[in-house]
Amino acid sequence: MLSCKQATELMSQEQDRPLSLAERIGLKLHVLICAGCNNYRRQMAVLRAACRRFSDGGTP
Amino acid sequence: MDPDRQNELNALRPDLLRFARLQLRDAGAAEDAVQETLLAALTGSHSFESRSSYKTWLISILRNKIIDIIRDQGREVPASSLADDEAGDEQLADTLFDRRGHWQAEARPARWADPEASFEQKQFWAVFEACLDRLPAKAARVFMMREFLGLETEEICKETGMSTSNCWVVLHRARQGLRTCLDTRWFAGAGA
Repeated sequence: MLSCKQATELMSQEQDRPLSLAERIGLKLHVLICAGCNNYRRQMAVLRAACRRFSDGGTP
Repeated sequence: MDPDRQNELNALRPDLLRFARLQLRDAGAAEDAVQETLLAALTGSHSFESRSSYKTWLISILRNKIIDIIRDQGREVPASSLADDEAGDEQLADTLFDRRGHWQAEARPARWADPEASFEQKQFWAVFEACLDRLPAKAARVFMMREFLGLETEEICKETGMSTSNCWVVLHRARQGLRTCLDTRWFAGAGA
């Protein structure tokens, strides 16, 4: 079972490379039972969306 | 030149300069990048429906100028900034996780309410920039190459002379730092 620390590493890396099947399964199982990491994963997506918006000049 | 266009450029200049400074962390180089962008913009004869589409176009020129500058600078990341990065990373990891690698109770991520609504607020972006500015130098540089300039990890490794796995570690630390800062200074506070 992944620790939260390991899970956050994978949640970053999935933004930069395709995860292996074993990594994807491990992460999926982890976020299923860990609310903190589930929130963290959504927040990684928010960071990416914010960066896109910022670098496209679409900020108010 | 069209005086309206000139006014638009003057109004957008501070935004462009902030964008360049965040990434280059060098006022002179940022100024050069913006000057070249404005020159390129002046010689173009595009027409735009709105200021925001004009800004998007200018930033896309500026992004390319920044990529050129970073390529010219090559591997010049000061050694002192690397040591500072490492020390800061260890401290942050200790406040987030316990010995077994599980979230410390007070650090466990809570849901961020309606990020899209935050994106519409000027104040959110001021916090966002402040948080980027607080990241350690190397992490910030690598993160912005990835997220703002859209470079793939392989190219970032080449430009910065890091191994791929080292690059992933640095990107992870940058995201963790930025997430923690936004959480503390915006989403957990009065902003959200």
